[in-house]
Amino acid sequence: MIGEMDELYREVILDHHRAPRGSAVIDTPDLEAEGKNPSCGDELTLKLRLDGDCVVEVSAVTCGCAIATASGSILAELVTGRTLAEVRQLADAFREHMHGDGDELPDELDPGDLDILTSVRRFPARIKCALLPWMTALEAIASHTQDRPVGVSTTEV
Amino acid sequence: MRSDLHFLKGPAGASACEGQDGDCIRCGAICVERFPVLKRLVNGHRLVYLDSAATAQKPEGVIAAQARYYRRHNANVHRGMHTLASEATDLYETCRRRTARFLGVTRPEQVIMTNGATGALNLAAFGLRHTLNPGDEILLTEMEHHANLVPWIKLARQEGLLLRHIPVTDDGRLDLGALPEMLTDRTRIVSLTHASNVLGTINPVAEIAAAAHKRGAVVIVDAAQSVGHMPVDFDALGVDLLAFSAHKVYGPMGLGFLVGTPEILSRLEPVEFGGEMIETVTLDDATWADVPHRFEAGTPNVAAAAAFPAALDLIEEATLERIRTHEIQLTGYALETLSAFDELTIYGPDDPSQRGGLVSFHDAKIHPHDLAQLLDARGVAVRAGHHCAQPLHRRLGVVATARASFGLYNSHDDIDAMADAIRYAREVFA
Ligand SMILES: Cc1ncc(COP(=O)(O)O)c(C=O)c1O
Repeated sequence: MIGEMDELYREVILDHHRAPRGSAVIDTPDLEAEGKNPSCGDELTLKLRLDGDCVVEVSAVTCGCAIATASGSILAELVTGRTLAEVRQLADAFREHMHGDGDELPDELDPGDLDILTSVRRFPARIKCALLPWMTALEAIASHTQDRPVGVSTTEV
Repeated sequence: MRSDLHFLKGPAGASACEGQDGDCIRCGAICVERFPVLKRLVNGHRLVYLDSAATAQKPEGVIAAQARYYRRHNANVHRGMHTLASEATDLYETCRRRTARFLGVTRPEQVIMTNGATGALNLAAFGLRHTLNPGDEILLTEMEHHANLVPWIKLARQEGLLLRHIPVTDDGRLDLGALPEMLTDRTRIVSLTHASNVLGTINPVAEIAAAAHKRGAVVIVDAAQSVGHMPVDFDALGVDLLAFSAHKVYGPMGLGFLVGTPEILSRLEPVEFGGEMIETVTLDDATWADVPHRFEAGTPNVAAAAAFPAALDLIEEATLERIRTHEIQLTGYALETLSAFDELTIYGPDDPSQRGGLVSFHDAKIHPHDLAQLLDARGVAVRAGHHCAQPLHRRLGVVATARASFGLYNSHDDIDAMADAIRYAREVFA
């Protein structure tokens, strides 16, 4: 591969795309939300099982491009074992990072493969693909904490 | 078979004919050299532009004419006694005359200048609003661009109209068997695309127009994908109104046309109001200017109008017949090339002579956005998405497709480059 494409379709991202984590079925989720980017067809169903405030199991099933699928897979990998507040903090940081120009996500958030996904920033049309699972997670958490019905998320403008 | 080798000179000598100074002396036709953007490199590769259905690239003549307008003539039209104003007016009206002639339209007043096909279709829909009553039916098709769907949706909501849609068959044609049932005495307007921007399908507009006229319906054709790519004769189509955009015809952006019969234009109401479109104004009353000026409120895009005739010059030099033959050959070659890939679905009719110059496809292995991104890494520009035709994509059962579309500057080499790039994308995703 050449140049910038190396950055976008890194092996790590392709690996998440080929074998997405969090594809197990959760029959009785504590939190559930859907994300959709209608124009490109990215769709994601996110289900979380909680123990108190802590995420113990995640299913993130994406139907969409490689970037959205990889992002959902990375989300599934990263949020297991975190509290909802920690998940929100990570999702917020990622969103800000994707819309801003800082170099890296703070180490203390333990961003794992998410750091690699930040290369998508160089391809503005694809940022919405990378953000979809995270915005969906934020919506799921917000509806849970505010005790209101969950809405369908989109990252399209 | 590979007629483009002599029809057009390939960039960077890729499929060179032996022309000098940018012109091909062997065929006497237009050279790629005339389109400056095609000389650029994209991601280190020569640009292979396969997105002319979105917008065509501009020849040097158009770019120069637009610049010349601003350098020498810039003034407002129909509003001044000074030299520049009369030159600007002359350039603006020349565009109207040239466009009329290009489409075989008898009188230049039958040509209304708008900001694009979208503006033209909105004017058609809302300009006919006063002729419609609740319960009236508008007949569209399942293969329309949003520009020929959404204005009608809005109008239907406002006026209590019923929208009906001619279905699309599995091989991507209009199901004309359904027409007799769909065309009723309640049908007031039939509006359909001449050539689909997704399937490529060329619709039998004249036949449908004749059937619709028997029912007393007004017929509108969206010719955004046909004008400039195949001979289009307004009278032969037999429609009441025809819409298209200059930018898809190698012309500048921000200019489009609504062409109509004198009869329909006399019934069409203006939808925008202000300067230029009036005859007399008092504080409480106004009368409209004559057709077509009553439909052209405000300052128009004179620079674009000044440049568009240069695009028509180029097309007339190449001749529409030759352009059409060339696009059929490219489409046939693209269909053949793409069908060699497994797990790749191609949409639209099999016969290239029944299609405009574009091919949409879906690779089961790679999402269209990923595919387009990887093709771009090889300098190959295709469009990925729903191409402003969501209902059609729903009908096809996919959310998005990739689309390669052709212009007179494309060559068989471009299609080979696309095929190589698809192979590369599949390697990446393997
Ligand atoms: C079939 C068809 N109709 C209408 C349009 C709208 O053209 P424009 O965006 O130039 O107004 C397009 C192009 O996008 C098209 O392909």
